[in-house]
Amino acid sequence: MALETFRYDNKIVRNFAFATVFWGIIGFLVGLIVATKLFAPNFLGFIPELTFGRLRPLHTNTVIFAFAGNAIFLGIYYSLPRLLKTEMYSKVLSNINFWGWQMVIISAAISLPLGFTTSKEYAELEWPIDILIAIVWIIFGINMLATIMKRREKHLYVAIWFYLATFITVAVLHVVNSFELPVSFMKSYPLYAGVQDALVQWWYGHNAVAFFLTTPFLGIMYYFIPKASNRPIYSYRLSIVHFWALIFIYIWAGPHHLLYTALPWWAQSLGTAFSIMLIAPSWGGMLNGLLTLRGAWDKVRESPVLKFLVVGVTAYGMATFEGPMMSLKNVNAITHYTDYVIAHVHTGALLWNGGLSFAMLYFIIPRIYDTKLFSKKLANYHFWFATMGALFYVIPMYFSGITQSLMWKEFTPQGFLRYPNFLETVKQVIPMYMIRAFGGVLFITGAILMIINLYKTVKQGSLIAEEEASAVPFKRNSQKRREGEAYHRWLESKPVLFSIFTFIAIIIGGVVEYVPTALIKSNIPTIASVKPYTPLELEGRDIYIREGCNNCHSQMIRPFRSETERYGEYAKAGEFVYDHPFLWGSKRTGPDLEREGGKYPNSWHFLHMKDPGSTSPGSIMPAFTWLYTQKLDTSHTIAKVDAMRELGVPYPKGYEHEAMVDLRRQADSITKDLTNNGFQIRSDKEIIALIAYLQRLGTDIKAQPTTAVRDSILSEYSTK
Amino acid sequence: MYKHVLQSIEGIAVYPIISLAIFFIFFVLLLYMVYSYDRSWLDAMANKPLEDGSNGDSVNHRNSGEDLNG
Repeated sequence: MALETFRYDNKIVRNFAFATVFWGIIGFLVGLIVATKLFAPNFLGFIPELTFGRLRPLHTNTVIFAFAGNAIFLGIYYSLPRLLKTEMYSKVLSNINFWGWQMVIISAAISLPLGFTTSKEYAELEWPIDILIAIVWIIFGINMLATIMKRREKHLYVAIWFYLATFITVAVLHVVNSFELPVSFMKSYPLYAGVQDALVQWWYGHNAVAFFLTTPFLGIMYYFIPKASNRPIYSYRLSIVHFWALIFIYIWAGPHHLLYTALPWWAQSLGTAFSIMLIAPSWGGMLNGLLTLRGAWDKVRESPVLKFLVVGVTAYGMATFEGPMMSLKNVNAITHYTDYVIAHVHTGALLWNGGLSFAMLYFIIPRIYDTKLFSKKLANYHFWFATMGALFYVIPMYFSGITQSLMWKEFTPQGFLRYPNFLETVKQVIPMYMIRAFGGVLFITGAILMIINLYKTVKQGSLIAEEEASAVPFKRNSQKRREGEAYHRWLESKPVLFSIFTFIAIIIGGVVEYVPTALIKSNIPTIASVKPYTPLELEGRDIYIREGCNNCHSQMIRPFRSETERYGEYAKAGEFVYDHPFLWGSKRTGPDLEREGGKYPNSWHFLHMKDPGSTSPGSIMPAFTWLYTQKLDTSHTIAKVDAMRELGVPYPKGYEHEAMVDLRRQADSITKDLTNNGFQIRSDKEIIALIAYLQRLGTDIKAQPTTAVRDSILSEYSTK
Repeated sequence: MYKHVLQSIEGIAVYPIISLAIFFIFFVLLLYMVYSYDRSWLDAMANKPLEDGSNGDSVNHRNSGEDLNG
């Protein structure tokens, strides 16, 4: 066949590159702001939109979906056409992908600080944005698949398998985790409640890490390491095993985020077992990347691109060893809820995702601008700033995490908690928070050097918007496998079949975990005294969600003596049956709140939320002053009750007509109690609803006679 | 609590065992498959990124060579 000429679209590559840099800086800066707030709680304080609880999700979303997201598209839009020897299928779709994705990010950047959140980690965005994400993602998928269809290269290289797996799995995850019932524009409740909601969320959360922060970057690794070192990948055989084993196992491991919680134990054990197995493919992949450089290590000394790649892949290896270790129940008991997890994720985020993204930018920008990198020296400085920044970040966080855990669990010889006041354990780690912020400053400084360097590079070159290339198309004759043709070789020339197999590989784990949990809905042991929230508590709960309280406070007491001593009776699955969404949390910057109800008088909460230092000297909780002036919005209360009933919460028939009366009655009673204690407030303020919710927390099972509780616990133990 | 959940679903104990079996068989078959493969094809595939036309073999001649890796 004749040689055909075509043009790679470098404009879209440039757009994604610029977006990666832009959102990277924003994401890092928001990270630095929230890090600063942890030792200077009044920094940018008293502005509702800039509180920790609202900015923390903005930081995670910007870094994951805006920075890493644009970097993924950058890698794919650069490498996919080149590996397939064709231009992208449609420039229009490419542009919709680009601008649609930026719209998602801008919607997030606006809605999260305004308090529109579902509270589910890495899935905080509300339903209209969820729909937009789905549309843009499908368009990206269509563009990618259609490009594969018109390829001039018969066989799909391993990087493309990872891109395909990314597209398919993220689509499945996003859809399943976004089943929610809209109450109003920008407010919804998830279909699932309590234990089920938690399982689905962490099946999603875990696999968002797997298929958004891992598989696409592995594809990038498989393309850019060979490219930058000018060597073929160490073992293609290993890459086949790596790919299938990784995507097959990853999906099962989600429950390791819920060890020792009220999740059924078989699901926890399954999560642990598969997490340990994950070491094998993860390290297989890492070694495949690193061994590609065998005999070429001298190049690493010279090239900042390779430096970032090598440190990134090494960090990936560390994080993927650490993750399975943290999935062991005895290790998890120590690391969970602490800063250890923060250190773990930042090893991955700063060095693996950050490092690979920076490497791509340094590799691609000079090439599409037909020039050389402005300054290799500056890029080397960036590398050291980034690496040292990451070290200054993670080491204090490891230290802080272990300190927290030890202090939370320490008993005196007499059998009392050594640090009964949670605040003591907070004050102890404040210096670590300061060093961590310094690490962040170093990391951002490095990124600013990169911006200067890339800007100068762009200035000295000129964009090759359409890069001409040529290739000979392959013959599309036989559909069947030739005799003696290796099966995988044949499969690599069948993108649709390949995608179907990928889908099957990822869906097995999902089904095995999800189906039994879906079945247990009617089987979760109901606790007779657990009742739906009152309308005021429901509104208070939504304020709790809006302010992102769950970012620092868990509502899940694990069955350890150190926790039952500190917080009260450990959590039972049946307590959460009306929790749409679940609010178990994943981090204890502050104490657990599951049994907060009745611990303190209303007046304590009133003072505490206005000025946390007044009741808890040295607290790093922000003040929520606006709750005292803002009127509680009750315009959707009835709709919320209706929605909850539709989701299975047993509000009596016709209750919506009484809901508002009940709400006012309860608000008046709390206000009266506050007035009696010398605090003047109108009963229609938001703080009243929040107090109502906090006072309800965990009190339901206490309503049972003590012996009944003990009996039910005993019967649990006797059947174990 | 979990025992109640377990007991209420028939044959639930078989789940983890099936899972492990599925994975184990899958993994062994995969290993068998890749080790039966012909070296030359594997090498050819491993070389794909290096011959994709963007590193100086058909276009962009000025961009070839390793001095640009950074």
